[in-house]
Amino acid sequence: MPVANIQVSETPLVLYALRRADDALILGHRLSEWCGHAPMLEEDMALSNIALDLIGQARELYTYAAKAEGKDNDEDKLAYLRDIRQYRDLLLVEQPNGDFAQTLVRQFFYSAFADLYWRAMMTSRDTTLAAIAAKSEKESAYHLRHASEWIIRLGDGTDESHARAQAAIDHLWAFTGEMFAVDDGERALIHAGIAIDPGTLRGRWLTTLSDVVGEATLVLPQNDWMQQGGRVGRHSEHLGHLLSELQSMQRTFPGQTW
Amino acid sequence: MYTQALNTAEADDRSLEDAAQAATFQARIDAEVRIEPNDWMPAAYRKTLTRQISQHAHSEIVGMLPEGNWITRAPTLRRKAALLAKVQDECGHGLYLYAAAETLGSSREELVDAMLAGKAKYSSIFNYPTLTWADIGTIGWLVDGAAIMNQIPLCRCSYGPYARAMIRVCKEESFHQRQGYEIMLTLCRGSDEQKAMAQDALNRWWWPVLMMFGPPDATSQHSDTSTRWKIKRFSNDELRQKFVDATVPQAQYLGLTIPDPGMTQDADGHWCYSGINWTEFKQVLAGNGPCNRDRMAARRKAHAEGAWVREAAAAYAAKRVQRQTAQAAE
Repeated sequence: MPVANIQVSETPLVLYALRRADDALILGHRLSEWCGHAPMLEEDMALSNIALDLIGQARELYTYAAKAEGKDNDEDKLAYLRDIRQYRDLLLVEQPNGDFAQTLVRQFFYSAFADLYWRAMMTSRDTTLAAIAAKSEKESAYHLRHASEWIIRLGDGTDESHARAQAAIDHLWAFTGEMFAVDDGERALIHAGIAIDPGTLRGRWLTTLSDVVGEATLVLPQNDWMQQGGRVGRHSEHLGHLLSELQSMQRTFPGQTW
Repeated sequence: MYTQALNTAEADDRSLEDAAQAATFQARIDAEVRIEPNDWMPAAYRKTLTRQISQHAHSEIVGMLPEGNWITRAPTLRRKAALLAKVQDECGHGLYLYAAAETLGSSREELVDAMLAGKAKYSSIFNYPTLTWADIGTIGWLVDGAAIMNQIPLCRCSYGPYARAMIRVCKEESFHQRQGYEIMLTLCRGSDEQKAMAQDALNRWWWPVLMMFGPPDATSQHSDTSTRWKIKRFSNDELRQKFVDATVPQAQYLGLTIPDPGMTQDADGHWCYSGINWTEFKQVLAGNGPCNRDRMAARRKAHAEGAWVREAAAAYAAKRVQRQTAQAAE
């Protein structure tokens, strides 16, 4: 028996929380795929740790989205019973792990943004979001440090690691623009002091990237064409496979308690 | 997660370097004084412990695979986070244990290479597949439960670094065991489909779990030396019996049936289980379990595909040292 998708009333606040929750869940899920398969045990530990932080953030944000929506949805319904067109994550976070360089570059691009973003969000007039931001900022700062150290090691390591890191940067660059985009609903939240404008963070984000990438003897692409669509449910093909795995239990055994 | 009584240490007393040192060593053990890395120890003691601790470490790392198989499919976000944290704990146990083994003079790289080459063993239990979500509950309940039975006595092992590692490991394992039991309880209080899933998992895991304690005492030839050295404090059969006695009432509480129709309770309250299929056990140890090939292939793949990353980290570390030396010389 197929399980119907839930319907979500995407008010600007619900949509705002869902987008950030989806980012955290999908990236956390991707990182969790490394568990047991990383290049060294220390990285099995570190990547799992980051995944746990992100899944924790996702749970808080989903719970808040459900509360803001005020229907009978909850964190699990939001995570497990929406299909690909209802997911609102960034294209960046759903990209496959690839090799270790691709995973770490993806993490670096995201964490460099998340660290700035959550720090700024600590001043939100929405006290729940401000509290989630305070916790997430501490975690993101560590994630950024971990990723930055690896970008430098890989870039300034061997010829092979340098080439792989550069290829990952070139490949993932086009997915970074979406982090700074804002639609009308979110613009209203920014005006109300509930959200902050991510566009204002782009300069500092680029500075962080340039510093680390420079030390790593790597270069940022000149290409400024940016791929978008995740925020409105136009995803890459990769997300569908991720969701069919993530949601398999809830879809196979509907309505049960686990 | 767990060490198996697989040690077949050749307790070669003839190799004792010095009879007087050996006597002092045994006297310390008899007096329950811990042996530390820099203390003199017989070569066979070192060898036995290196083998046991590294097997235990390999078991933790290979043990990440069957449970890791469900991280991406856990049925709720809470379960997903708990399972990921659990598998991460196992990785941490592997790291402590490799560090404990290193205090005996073998490097982590050597020990891991021996495992990847198929020369070192890991627990037989991880060569069975996790087919349903109930397997995750069953592993926590029974596999971690059996591990705790084995490991609690190891907290008093004569070798200090191993004993101390076990204290921390046991604390985490008992948390995992409760978590596993709670998954089973949820399933057993759920739908008929969920109860059937729980019973099916118990049916598949029960006998392999009993095998985790190792061969029966009658055929286990080398326990004497390990007992004299206070590495091992209970026999395989003693631990297995303690485990069965503790587990039967837990299964009854869940409303599940132990898949052993011949099981009886004796006058002292001990549960007497039927004969274990030791041929299956030997086959699994020989590499013929359902997942031996997959487990080894997964570990070898991670190791091979991670080689360039480890090389990059080493190359970068060397460059840094070089630059610092050059700077200091200026």
